[in-house]
Amino acid sequence: MKKNLNKKIVLIVAVLLVFIYGIFRVPSGISGKALMEAMTKNIHLGLDLQGGVHLILQVQVLEAVGDETDAAAARIRQDLQTAHLTSSQIYKPDPTKRPEVIVIEGTNPTQSGSVRSILDDKFSNEYDISSGAGESSFTLTMKPTVEKTIEDKTDQQAIEVIRDRVDTLGVNEPEIAPYGLGANQILVELPGISDIDRVKAIIKSTARLEIHPVIGGPYPDEQAAMSSLGGTLPPEDEILQGSGTMAPGSEGTSYYVLQRVPIVAGSDFRSADPGTDSNTGQRTVHFTLTNEAGDRFYDYTSKNVGHSMAVVMGGQVKEVANIENAIRDSGEIRGSFSEDEVEILSKMLRTGALPASLNYLEDRTVGASLGADSIKEGVTAAIVGVLLVMVFMLVYYRGSGINADLALFLNLVILLGFMGFSGATLTLPGIAGVILTIGMGVDSNVLIFERIREEMRAGKAPSAAVDQGFAHAWTTIFDTHVTTIVSAGILFLFGTGPVKGFAVTLTFGLAANLFTAVYVSRVIFEAHLNRMKPGQLVSI
Amino acid sequence: MIGEEHRNRGVPYQEGRKPVELFHSVNVDWLGKKWYFLAFSMIFSVAGLISMGWHWAHIGSPVPLGVDFRGGTQVQVQFANPPEIARIRQALDTAGIKGGTVVNFDRPELHEVLISLPEQTNERALDTGRQEIVNALREHYSNPFNASGVKVDVVGPTVGHQLERQAGLATLYSLLGMLIYLWFRFQLIYGVAAVVACFHDTLITVGAFALTGTEISLTVIAAILTLVGYSMNDTIVVFDRIRENLRLSRREPLPDLVNRSINQTLSRTVLTSGLTFLTVLSLFVFGGQVLHGFSFALVIGILIGTYSSIAVASPMLVAWQEWRSKRGKAAILPAAKRSRV
Repeated sequence: MKKNLNKKIVLIVAVLLVFIYGIFRVPSGISGKALMEAMTKNIHLGLDLQGGVHLILQVQVLEAVGDETDAAAARIRQDLQTAHLTSSQIYKPDPTKRPEVIVIEGTNPTQSGSVRSILDDKFSNEYDISSGAGESSFTLTMKPTVEKTIEDKTDQQAIEVIRDRVDTLGVNEPEIAPYGLGANQILVELPGISDIDRVKAIIKSTARLEIHPVIGGPYPDEQAAMSSLGGTLPPEDEILQGSGTMAPGSEGTSYYVLQRVPIVAGSDFRSADPGTDSNTGQRTVHFTLTNEAGDRFYDYTSKNVGHSMAVVMGGQVKEVANIENAIRDSGEIRGSFSEDEVEILSKMLRTGALPASLNYLEDRTVGASLGADSIKEGVTAAIVGVLLVMVFMLVYYRGSGINADLALFLNLVILLGFMGFSGATLTLPGIAGVILTIGMGVDSNVLIFERIREEMRAGKAPSAAVDQGFAHAWTTIFDTHVTTIVSAGILFLFGTGPVKGFAVTLTFGLAANLFTAVYVSRVIFEAHLNRMKPGQLVSI
Repeated sequence: MIGEEHRNRGVPYQEGRKPVELFHSVNVDWLGKKWYFLAFSMIFSVAGLISMGWHWAHIGSPVPLGVDFRGGTQVQVQFANPPEIARIRQALDTAGIKGGTVVNFDRPELHEVLISLPEQTNERALDTGRQEIVNALREHYSNPFNASGVKVDVVGPTVGHQLERQAGLATLYSLLGMLIYLWFRFQLIYGVAAVVACFHDTLITVGAFALTGTEISLTVIAAILTLVGYSMNDTIVVFDRIRENLRLSRREPLPDLVNRSINQTLSRTVLTSGLTFLTVLSLFVFGGQVLHGFSFALVIGILIGTYSSIAVASPMLVAWQEWRSKRGKAAILPAAKRSRV
């Protein structure tokens, strides 16, 4: 019996050492400071303890879908022109409604066969094609599966781009992941960030550079622009305002009517670099296009010499330039940009443009000082709680109180070791979970000890009383732990960051308690009983 | 031998020292007091409900909701000098910020202020609120402060609703899970009695929040779910003992048996609740402002959870039994099979 006991004691000590390793790994020294360092390095702290930014962004995927149909409409126009098939209008009747619909109007009924075959050939994979009255119009409706594919791709691309941008910030251990609670949502967590505004500007910046054909302008205000179009805005056009920083000679508060579909936009730009205009000393942006976009640009500019085109960024017109000759793939934009704008723009173009804009759904920031305070307060509460419990157990259960206190200590070591090994995040409610574990953990000891006292009162010998105590208490301990772990499990599934941390420490703590309160306590009792003289009584 | 003497007297403790022991020969008629308990519970439940009704009429929700559920912007700002609420409000007004509320926050020596703006329905502009507050303070109020804010929470309506849904589902599944588990381990009536006790606890705890005007945030919901788990625990301990006694003694009338079970577990119950209460009290006192609502829920919850196992769950068991035999149905709990009701 004694040999068995020795094996059990060795097991317990081994467990203790393993989990101590989990907390500290290999610390640089044994001083209090070195241990604290090792522990904070090893146990992953949540944002509410470290300080940092937590963002939930929603990708406006419908923009990407809209862009796709815009591009398709442009390609249709091109294809029909190349095949010398006439059409009066190619447009989207209602860009805000789903699913996306492109309407081609004014086709010659005699040519409808050729039109149909071109459409079928190139677009039938993505669109359902139907012809309208008298074969003089066609409607293309985007297939729902295609829309879903675009949306998913946009989500993924957005995550990639955000990840790249966060990389440029040099944040330690950022977290960027799809956020499960809703559609098209992304979670971004950046620990230790102090300049939140800059971070958010960089992440969110759509910084989408676009070049649109100018239909009319400049107009002094929006009404004038509208009246030039006869009072209604055709769906293929849009009215944008010039930004305040346009090149001198153009009025910043003017409005322009632009064609909605750009000539080149977004990822068509390969790079944008800051430059200075040699004549005026203004800051300019020198850009290059990709090969394919360069071809398109050359195509357009060579056919439209004498017309104007507008450079648009962030929904504002930056510059309006006259097309003097064909431009292939590089050029210079002279609207004066601020230094920030240029820097953000070049960063954006280097990391890739966001496929769609982002909305912030949630933004939580915890300053580093609050994080440190929270740690201090949480740990103080924990220490006070542990001391109160330990002292009480000693006073009430005397010798056996030491048993309970040892089990409690081992419980905490295992719990923290678990956290260290699994890399789970410790949050402020997580610390509260540790404190709760202490209280609930000691419950198991109380159950067992009360039972033992009862059995001894009924006249049983100490070792029999201990046996009975553990046997009877076990079912209750098991039941209570399982119900609380189930409830913690549900909290983990449905909770967000800090709440998840609470569920994790509670679960780990109770699981550890099943081991310490039953197995370890038992071993300590047996060791004590073995060494007792006959007739000696248990101190409980 | 002295040891044997002690054993004969049934007090087998170390000689010479009187044991510290409470409750070892208690014999209270708990079920007899059930009407007092009912009255007590009703008073607090009704007080809570009235308070919740009042809140509903005034702010549209039964309890003050934290920014997690209410949505909007909440900025916690720390100033170098003691903040003057009236002047801060004026600064916000001057900057054209509408609907903001300003309150002192946490201990006065921290010079912290909580500024809240109502929910923004336009999610594109979600973030501007914080920037506007910072600008307003910088331009119109000359107390230096930390511009990144001590703590900022901006919650849009989409996320606010999602969180509400999550909290509701979590509570539902929790209770359901426990009901099923208890049904499986005991019998259905035990499960129902325990769940009713948990509802009672939740109602009174939420009522306490309404009465004290404390905000409910996500972590508070976590605390409430935890106290539901704790109350379950407590009830299970009593039920376990009842089940064990039912197995041993089939002749005892159920009310007596239940009383005895409660008395037998009383020392454990008071001790555990006492110890857990001590730890949670430590959290409430030392744990800081962030966990304030959380620890408040637990402090109330532990007291009420312990109370409900004795005062709500157990009488329910007995009442159900008596109701069934009054209607001539077979008894569910084995004891009453052979005992008079």
